[in-house]
Amino acid sequence: MFDGLSKRLDAVAQRMRGRGRITEENIRETVRDVRMALLEADVALPVVRAFTEQVKERAAGAEVAKSLTPGQAFVKIVQDELVRTMGEKVEPLALNVQPPAIVLLAGLQGAGKTTSAAKLARYLHEREKKRVLLVSCDVYRPAAIEQLATLAGEIGVEAFPVDANDDPEKIARKAVDHAKRHYFDVVLVDTAGRLAVDEAMMDEIRRLHGAVQPVETLFVVDAMTGQDAVRTAAAFGEAVPLTGVILTKTDGDARGGAALSVRHVTGAPVKFMGVGEKTDALEPFHPDRVASRILGMGDVVSLVEEVERGIDKEKAEQLEKKLRKGGKGFDLTDFRDQMEQITNMGGIGSLMEKMPGMGGMQERLQGQMDEGRVRRLVAIVNAMTPAERARPDIINGSRKRRIAAGTGVQVQDVNRLLKQFKQMQKMMKQVKKKGGARRMFEQMMPGGGMPPGMGR
Amino acid sequence: MSETGSGNAGGGLFNRLRRGLARTSGGITEGLATLVAGRKRLDDDLMEEMETRLLGADVGVEATQRLLDGLSQRLGRGELRDAEAVMDALRTEITDLLRPVAQPLAVETAAPPFVILTVGVNGAGKTTTIGKLAARLQAEGRSVMLAAGDTFRAAAVEQLQRWGERLGVPVIAQPTGADAASVIYDAHQAARARGIDVLIADTAGRLHTQSNLMEELRKIRRVLGRQDPGAPHETLLVLDGCNGQNALAQAEKFRDMVEVTGVAVTKLDGTAKGGVVLALAERLAIPLRFVGVGEGVDDLRPFDAESFAEALTTE
Ligand SMILES: Nc1nc2c(ncn2[C@@H]2O[C@H](COP(=O)(O)OP(=O)(O)OP(=O)(O)O)[C@@H](O)[C@H]2O)c(=O)[nH]1
Ligand SMILES: Nc1nc2c(ncn2[C@@H]2O[C@H](COP(=O)(O)OP(=O)(O)OP(=O)(O)O)[C@@H](O)[C@H]2O)c(=O)[nH]1
Ligand SMILES: [Mg+2]
Ligand SMILES: [Mg+2]
Repeated sequence: MFDGLSKRLDAVAQRMRGRGRITEENIRETVRDVRMALLEADVALPVVRAFTEQVKERAAGAEVAKSLTPGQAFVKIVQDELVRTMGEKVEPLALNVQPPAIVLLAGLQGAGKTTSAAKLARYLHEREKKRVLLVSCDVYRPAAIEQLATLAGEIGVEAFPVDANDDPEKIARKAVDHAKRHYFDVVLVDTAGRLAVDEAMMDEIRRLHGAVQPVETLFVVDAMTGQDAVRTAAAFGEAVPLTGVILTKTDGDARGGAALSVRHVTGAPVKFMGVGEKTDALEPFHPDRVASRILGMGDVVSLVEEVERGIDKEKAEQLEKKLRKGGKGFDLTDFRDQMEQITNMGGIGSLMEKMPGMGGMQERLQGQMDEGRVRRLVAIVNAMTPAERARPDIINGSRKRRIAAGTGVQVQDVNRLLKQFKQMQKMMKQVKKKGGARRMFEQMMPGGGMPPGMGR
Repeated sequence: MSETGSGNAGGGLFNRLRRGLARTSGGITEGLATLVAGRKRLDDDLMEEMETRLLGADVGVEATQRLLDGLSQRLGRGELRDAEAVMDALRTEITDLLRPVAQPLAVETAAPPFVILTVGVNGAGKTTTIGKLAARLQAEGRSVMLAAGDTFRAAAVEQLQRWGERLGVPVIAQPTGADAASVIYDAHQAARARGIDVLIADTAGRLHTQSNLMEELRKIRRVLGRQDPGAPHETLLVLDGCNGQNALAQAEKFRDMVEVTGVAVTKLDGTAKGGVVLALAERLAIPLRFVGVGEGVDDLRPFDAESFAEALTTE
């Protein structure tokens, strides 16, 4: 669901690409672009403001100044801020109290409270082996009570029988009482949807909260929610102390701004996300994973990563220029420099690690690009004459023997290097065509055509 | 707005701004007066602030741009001298944008039943809108029948049936799990047999990204079309007014898949501004039929450009 935002940020970075110099003007311009990207993703305005202020501040600092791709460095900053906003780790429900632990769900109409209550019940019942009681305090919406009862039946969890003529507070008290007497571990209290401006209903949720004293009060919010997320979440947070958030309907293509917004305004962590209509479609919310989904930007991130690690700016600029020309003018000197930079960056493995969707490749690559090997490649190139480096085609058999002898390697090692260089040139053309570094690395993968010599 | 610091507290300008402020207790123009205070000119900063506020109301980048272009033209012509002028101009721009798409639903019952198929994402307000719409049509003296086409969600059938009981309107239903198209087919047969004026079919909520479920809607349309080439006469997309820019994606997908002919925007009785409607008008030009302003039976209104613009700018 977060693809859209990634694309936008990607575009921002693209636009900044090639603008070597940082001026106050292009800082402003890019901050503005980032702001727009976030707004289009429905990130709430106050959150966007906090972001952009932070970004602006950091953009003026050293990290961007020394960057060769300011746009991408900006994106990196945005990434940091996003992760910070969403929290670093999974926040489980805190149900370790004298049973029954009461969980209260609240939110706007149609957000997904009833469905989420059933999902949570199933989750706790099946995975944590809890005895769960579901109770609906929605005496307003037609068939709301039946909806919860039906779902409870489906998942094999007890639903407290509700008299629709009772006051919600009374229903909740009765249910908790029942749970106490019958040794339930958890009571999940579903409530009617309500608007933050509805005084009477907000008062009701306050009273409900007071009556059952929940350990968890979860705000249920639709991932498609726009700017209102921030106002509503704040209002609910004022009425009752929220301990967590359930983000629903994330299985669509919503850009997910609400995910960022709610935590920012309520301070309550997103604990679960709904990923479908069925009762098993609930997942613990992993902020880190979601953050990387937001930033699933392949080459952008990797390039930013490079910048971050402080590679030789001048050389990198030259390389980038050549890269943009599709590898034209890319010679063995560049090849060597790049190899050196890979070692400077702590190996290609750690670079991979940073790239979304590349986790598995990292392990496979480990050891294949160890420092010793790279150093030998560098030494081979160093043994060449400038003419040979500029025009590798002239390297014939006798030259190869000379180079090999000069480096203390076999002729076939020189051959391998030359082959590798050609591969790299080819890849650069592809990088120019499409897909960037991710594609490049895919090409390098064993099975995907890892250049010989690298993959062994 | 603090009185200290504005310096010209006694003057006419101050009073005017105060009046302006009183009218704008929130919403887009909140604080606009403050912004204008102490400024000789309405400049780029003001435009930027307006932009921020429009975006904050879910208006979206594109529609916001169009509105701002209009405003800056007026600004250039020197038409906008104070906060009120800016707000009035904004209202006018919004009204102009919406008026062409504010088209009431024209129910034609020469060859009944007139079939309304409601579609939309989960929890948008389809079933409730059907209840409210049925009540409206009844009040206009038409006979109405409902088809419980949401055969998926727990107690969705019961929910619609409850509305039917409340209004005294027949509801054709099969148990949960039945084929939606077949329920709606049955309902069409029954409506025709009984000479019902309007048949409103409910459907299960579905995210526009779920292609198999979108296909199911197409099937419903085909089944209806075989009964009556004109049916469904209205495919009403129900949008949650609290939604942000995703509503655009919803509208685009539903339009492409099932030829949406009208839109109802719900839940505008809350703090959500429903500004995405402007983006909708700007980009898709689908007729806007209704707004939902509550959960009660009377809480459905025909979409009106002027009052929407008014609500959006003054709250
Ligand atoms: N696709 C999808 N649909 C969901 C998800 N969670 C809930 N829904 C659907 O959203 C709609 C509304 O869900 P409910 O659980 O009835 O929402 P609610 O908040 O209880 O609604 P009210 O009680 O009327 O305020 C239903 O159609 C659900 O099936 C989700 O994670 N993904
Ligand atoms: N405040 C307010 N609530 C509304 C409005 N329209 C619908 N609702 C509420 O929104 C919730 C969802 O409405 P439904 O009519 O069940 O939505 P739906 O689209 O049929 O939902 P699914 O069938 O589950 O996809 C209910 O609690 C309704 O009472 C409105 O205009 N204002
Ligand atoms: Mg409910
Ligand atoms: Mg429904």
